[in-house]
Amino acid sequence: MDLKELVTNKLMEKFPEVVFDFSDYRDQLAVTLNKKFIVEVSSFIRDDQDLQFKLCEDVTAIDWARRKNRFTVVYHIMSLKLNSRIRLKADVDESDCSIDSVSSIWKTADWHERETYDMYGINFNNHPDLRRMYMPEEFEYFPLRKEFPLMGIPGSLPLPKKDN
Amino acid sequence: MDKIKREEVPTKILQSLINQETDISVDDTLENEMILNMGPQHPATHGVLRLLLRLDGETVIACVPELGYLHRGYEKMAENMTYYEFIPHTDRLDYLSPLANNVAWVLAVEKLAGIEAPPRAQYIRMMVSEMARIASHLVAIGALAMDVGALTVFLWTLREREKILDIWDILCGARFTNSYTRIGGVANDAQPEVLAKVKWFIEQYEENLDECERLINTNRIFVERMDGVGVISGEDAIQIGFTGPNLRGSGVEFDLRRATPYMFYNDMDFKIPVYKEGDCLARYFVRADETRESVKIIRQILDKMPQGETILNNPKRVLPKKTEIYSKMEELIHDFMIVNFGINPPVGEAYTAVENPKGELGFYLVSQGEGHPWKCKIRSPSMVNLQALPQLVKGHMISDVVAIIGSLDPVMGEADK
Repeated sequence: MDLKELVTNKLMEKFPEVVFDFSDYRDQLAVTLNKKFIVEVSSFIRDDQDLQFKLCEDVTAIDWARRKNRFTVVYHIMSLKLNSRIRLKADVDESDCSIDSVSSIWKTADWHERETYDMYGINFNNHPDLRRMYMPEEFEYFPLRKEFPLMGIPGSLPLPKKDN
Repeated sequence: MDKIKREEVPTKILQSLINQETDISVDDTLENEMILNMGPQHPATHGVLRLLLRLDGETVIACVPELGYLHRGYEKMAENMTYYEFIPHTDRLDYLSPLANNVAWVLAVEKLAGIEAPPRAQYIRMMVSEMARIASHLVAIGALAMDVGALTVFLWTLREREKILDIWDILCGARFTNSYTRIGGVANDAQPEVLAKVKWFIEQYEENLDECERLINTNRIFVERMDGVGVISGEDAIQIGFTGPNLRGSGVEFDLRRATPYMFYNDMDFKIPVYKEGDCLARYFVRADETRESVKIIRQILDKMPQGETILNNPKRVLPKKTEIYSKMEELIHDFMIVNFGINPPVGEAYTAVENPKGELGFYLVSQGEGHPWKCKIRSPSMVNLQALPQLVKGHMISDVVAIIGSLDPVMGEADK
């Protein structure tokens, strides 16, 4: 049984109420789902004996700029048993710019989610330590959003304060 | 006299350090808690890594790494340049193995655009990535030994690395930031002179590595500073997202060259070195053994390398050769279009990961059918590997922190992007 069939059957069987959208563009399996179910689905695909997607490789987001659901949060997860990769995608709207954190399922998602927060301003609920990853703490903007100019914003990076 | 006032509200990073759970308490004559700032300008942090350590006497009870001192915003820059223009920037990610990054980037773009380089180009790419692996691991081994006090090894491994850089110099005209690969192939063919040099290098390499290993493998100071320090189990290593030599040092046999074969790694016969201990010594042994396997792979590549083109003939996606641009109208037009507007892969997305010396380097590219990527995410192994640092250093001495960082082998250019 190929990967798409296996994952499709498993997910449909386990979550009959969730609407999944499967695609395998360039032979890479991608599953789009509602952001409400991201934690449940993640923990299922990690713990299921036939799937075992245990290695979370990457969490990031895409800014679509003009679309209704402005952001898509993207997860890449590898299964060491099947030697294949799955991509989970969940849309996040700008008005409710948050999604549940998966750092309790894959510990490595901690820093990836911090980075995504830093770059896109998406809040991860229940994240243990959500602060900026690369930019300074007092930085006010989210650099990878499309409206942030390439040259940066003059004066947005303050010089270090003097102590006395 | 005391002019320095402590800020009333601690900064977030300090708060994060204080919030960490600690169950370690040490009975020591020096028993007093203090917070030590290590880096960003510290010779043993391999670049600009900053650590905030909470100490009890000399024992680390909590640690918070702070990244971003070398953040150049490559993901933002990638969104504003064509796929060709980003090739030189990949050199600056993991600057100890620039060629491996070049290969990873062009493989990602080729996957997105749905093209494939000719076999000879793929073989050359494999050869240079394995050489990059040797070059990178040599620095890793040397720097690790230097961090724990064995300076000679660093000089000897760099001497070996210098030979590789000289070969790269002949191959692509640059020793360090190579930018050698092109979308659909490589910049120029590997001349017989280069292949002869590579052959010479791999003939004498193992003997020289043995020499380096004899210096430290039986050295009691080196072994005792590494043995049992920074232990992580295989299960934890997967949880924290380890890839590459660090994961294999914890007993998990996972290598992308075997798991999801790309290029012609399927035809190659090589072993994946795995050590079960999960400590600094195991990670060092994995690296040393991996270079031997790389030598084996290069030997097979040299035997099997086919003749033929080194760049794909696909005028819409691949830059034509300079001689053709000057003599043919059609090629001139294509060259103009690609340079000015880019290669326009179809609308879609692709994630391509390769086994880099540091671990899994992945590029996630989203195309809207334009000349530049709509989104480019760099999955850098160094950053993910560093995430394990707090749990590795907990309960060890400050001097062990240096050994643990060295054994994780982070490169900040890649961790900070």
